[in-house]
Amino acid sequence: MALAKRIIPCLDVDQGRVVKGVNFVGIRDAGDPVEIARRYNEEGADEITFLDITASHEERDTTVHTVEQIAREVFIPLTVGGGIRSLQDIRTMLNAGADKVSINTAAIHHPELVSDAAARFGTQCIVVAIDVKRVAESDDGPRYELFTHGGRKPTGIEAISWARKMASLGAGELLLTSMDRDGTRDGFELAITRAITDAVDIPVIASGGVGTLQHLAEGVTQGGADAVLAASIFHFGEYTVSEAKAHMAAQGITVRQ
Amino acid sequence: MIDYGMGNLHSVASGLEQVGASEVVVSHEPAAIAGADRVVFPGVGGIRDCMEAIRRLGCDQLLDHVLNNERKPVLAICVGMQALMTRSEENQGVDCLGTLPGQVRYFGDQHSSLEGERLKVPHMGWNAVMPVGSHPLWEGIAPGTRFYFVHSYHVVPDDPAMVAGSFEYGLTGCAALARENLFATQFHPEKSHTAGLTLLKNFLHWDGTCS
Repeated sequence: MALAKRIIPCLDVDQGRVVKGVNFVGIRDAGDPVEIARRYNEEGADEITFLDITASHEERDTTVHTVEQIAREVFIPLTVGGGIRSLQDIRTMLNAGADKVSINTAAIHHPELVSDAAARFGTQCIVVAIDVKRVAESDDGPRYELFTHGGRKPTGIEAISWARKMASLGAGELLLTSMDRDGTRDGFELAITRAITDAVDIPVIASGGVGTLQHLAEGVTQGGADAVLAASIFHFGEYTVSEAKAHMAAQGITVRQ
Repeated sequence: MIDYGMGNLHSVASGLEQVGASEVVVSHEPAAIAGADRVVFPGVGGIRDCMEAIRRLGCDQLLDHVLNNERKPVLAICVGMQALMTRSEENQGVDCLGTLPGQVRYFGDQHSSLEGERLKVPHMGWNAVMPVGSHPLWEGIAPGTRFYFVHSYHVVPDDPAMVAGSFEYGLTGCAALARENLFATQFHPEKSHTAGLTLLKNFLHWDGTCS
């Protein structure tokens, strides 16, 4: 019996409410994060990821409070991301009940935050989020680079070498999001998912673009991902986590049921 | 719950409360722990910092007293379990408490399954646990039930008879150890949904014997 591939519902939270838009615009309210987390827990989610998409300092207290409430009721791993910029931010979220924190933009500006955080809190709780877009085609295949600010701002950093660097600095896991696909429901960007899962020895979570249960399965079978993350297909009751697991299991993927 | 300042203990405390603990005290003060019926020894993070904190706060003596003099039921979790062994390979080698003779070993770079499939390290996620022998803490938990693991090092006790549960990850690893009034898990029961809560509930009802 192998390690199960994980299904991770993601809560994108703005000012205390779960929201999810198309390419981060046209945001739709999906409800109370604690309520939704409880539902995913009951449906058999393997983890929950909580992304604070406002992440302004004024709203940080709301986020901490919500994380505390979720952690009190939900006995599966909880990852918190969005606006994590310092060791103090990480400590605050871990103390609130997060098991892992996801570092995104701050890893680009201060890569040493990843190594400092791994040394301080352990690699197991440090997730590095990598938001990528396809920027060019070459003879070796497409080139993907990191983007910040919800996919609007290019960095010029090549994605695969960056993934290797983050793993070597002590990231325990990578959360890879295709900003081209995010919110489109067209499925994961499988080429970059496969390239990065092959390039690093740490687990990789595929994210961005899930619109069907088959997309989740493809993230594992074609993308090679260790875990698959989705938001909108679960929020609005279109599919349950247990339906997603049954679909994956029917294709021979090991899941926890 | 013995708190030596490494990481978040709320989840373990919430889990114990969820399954009926009347009061969970989180402390490293012997006076606060003295009134406890049973003791949890958790741990997350790097072993060197954990061992440094355990010794600095006197948690080594506290644990020894609870375990060997008072003989209270003790549950060690993850790095708490690793800290009980003789020595760990993590952080260039760290001497641990030596409560349980044995080593803590790295899974290794280029780790792979017996079939040659590449395996990621850390071992992160839900893996099947096979109980070895019978133990009160496994009551109501079917063989092969999945628990949540996250670790890059695994324990290898000198005495194989101490192994109370195993998992497969390129090797047969030790998921749980048991000796007298001590039970230790590599996985996180507080993060293992209903199966984990069942184990925590069993711990609350355990009298500290192995039969």
